[in-house]
Amino acid sequence: MTDLSEKTSYPSSWKKPPLIKRAWLRYLLWFGAAIYLSLAFGTMEVNWDRVAEGIPRGQKFLAAFFPPDFSSRWDSILDGMLESIWMAVIATVAGIALSVPVGLGAARNLAPLPVYLVCRSIVAISRTFPEIILAIFAVKLFGFGPFAGFLALSIATVGFFAKLLAEDIENMDPVQAEAIRSTGASWLQWINYAVQPQVMPRMIGLSMYRLDINFRESAVVGIVGGGGIGATLLTSFDRYEFDSAAAILIVIIVIVMGLEYLSGYLRKWVQ
Amino acid sequence: MLSLKSVSKRYKTGDLALTNVSLDIPEGQVLALIGPSGAGKSTLIRCTNRLVEPTEGTITLNGEDITALSAWGLRKARRRMGMIFQEYALVERLTVMENVLSGRLGYVGFWRSWFRKFPAADVQEAFRLLDRVGLKHMADKRADELSGGQRQRVGIARALIQDPALLLVDEPTASLDPKTSRQIMRLICELCEERHLSAIINIHDVLLAQMFAKRVVGLQLGEIVYDGPPDGLGPDVLTQIYGEEDWEATIDKVEDEDDDEETSEPVASA
Repeated sequence: MTDLSEKTSYPSSWKKPPLIKRAWLRYLLWFGAAIYLSLAFGTMEVNWDRVAEGIPRGQKFLAAFFPPDFSSRWDSILDGMLESIWMAVIATVAGIALSVPVGLGAARNLAPLPVYLVCRSIVAISRTFPEIILAIFAVKLFGFGPFAGFLALSIATVGFFAKLLAEDIENMDPVQAEAIRSTGASWLQWINYAVQPQVMPRMIGLSMYRLDINFRESAVVGIVGGGGIGATLLTSFDRYEFDSAAAILIVIIVIVMGLEYLSGYLRKWVQ
Repeated sequence: MLSLKSVSKRYKTGDLALTNVSLDIPEGQVLALIGPSGAGKSTLIRCTNRLVEPTEGTITLNGEDITALSAWGLRKARRRMGMIFQEYALVERLTVMENVLSGRLGYVGFWRSWFRKFPAADVQEAFRLLDRVGLKHMADKRADELSGGQRQRVGIARALIQDPALLLVDEPTASLDPKTSRQIMRLICELCEERHLSAIINIHDVLLAQMFAKRVVGLQLGEIVYDGPPDGLGPDVLTQIYGEEDWEATIDKVEDEDDDEETSEPVASA
């Protein structure tokens, strides 16, 4: 109190306290990062001759794509596309169906510790392998064709969807959950009345997003033997039919954009 | 009817939230639980229906030892304890009707509740209760479209449709304006009287507690420091519960506000 009446001089400048308090550590980190980056860039060898050769080759390559040729391979494009769509849809549905129990088990606020650890491991393992690696495994196990692609995409979907579902459940409002529990609801009723309504809109949006991802990945998966439009694309590259390949790429882009639009619309609608 | 015997709660963090609390509540009594934040009011209420597991002591409701129940027994016991929450705790994305009917979850099977096919008597009772709290026309609205006071009334209907013997009420007015607060408190007390319910009402507001409850229990740092009629809350008692402060203004105001209470609009008696 007495401080106020005295003429105390208050500082007129103020600085935001730094994120890393110890000054030496701060400078050391900056210094280390600078050294690492300069070394890293130094190590990357760029052979300018090859770059110079590559540019006209790239131009020729791109020119071969035009005009895109939809007609001469239209039947196989259509077949591949339908197979890819089918693969993406059932992989999404199966993957999500598998994700729901895994996701419930991977939410710390629902599951006891052992269940939690098992489910988190499932999620971690399926997230470790990108779709293309999973597809290579599946092709090795079950041979060429869309079944391998479907399997690879389903497993990848579990890793993606179960993780996000678990995180959404962990972020739910605990009071709403408490209220339903206090009515004497059973566990399943509690999930249905307190948890599901809270996570549903996001999950609908995410499943559309995953369908979109699975469709795009089905092209990649096809290239390693998983069937679908990827196989068609690979064939056209192998035959140097770049104009047909261009047509396939355009169709993929159109479908992905369509899905994008649809999922955005759906997400707004469910909110 | 409800009796707590030397109930203690120690959280995993080591904080002792309740120490040796014993309390007997006869049938039909509305008890206000007052005390500063962190005194253990919420813990006490949540121990009663075991949303929080008490560390020690026994809780009996109508002769049944709640603390010894299995999961299934606890579900059945919880049906007899309706709970009303501070932030209403409605499931926001469900309709008003679903929120009210969720009070019947302890009575119906999973598939019935999954398909929202509740027994006709439950649906009828839900409409009757919504009408009682003045919200019959809101049945199909989503809970997050309602105002605070309306949400709390849905919360009350949800608790009552459980056909409880006891109401556990946790800060029912903390997020409401003064007028709505009184309306809600009055509604809760009227309903308790109509149905001969006992109630424990946690409440910050000493004035509201004095206005509506027949018995006041003061909690401080997890211990009961006052248990008596509302007019026994003198400055010294309030100081004991809350700490040093000028309490005269608070106590005087009680009589003032009691007067203009008569003029305040009657609520939801339609």
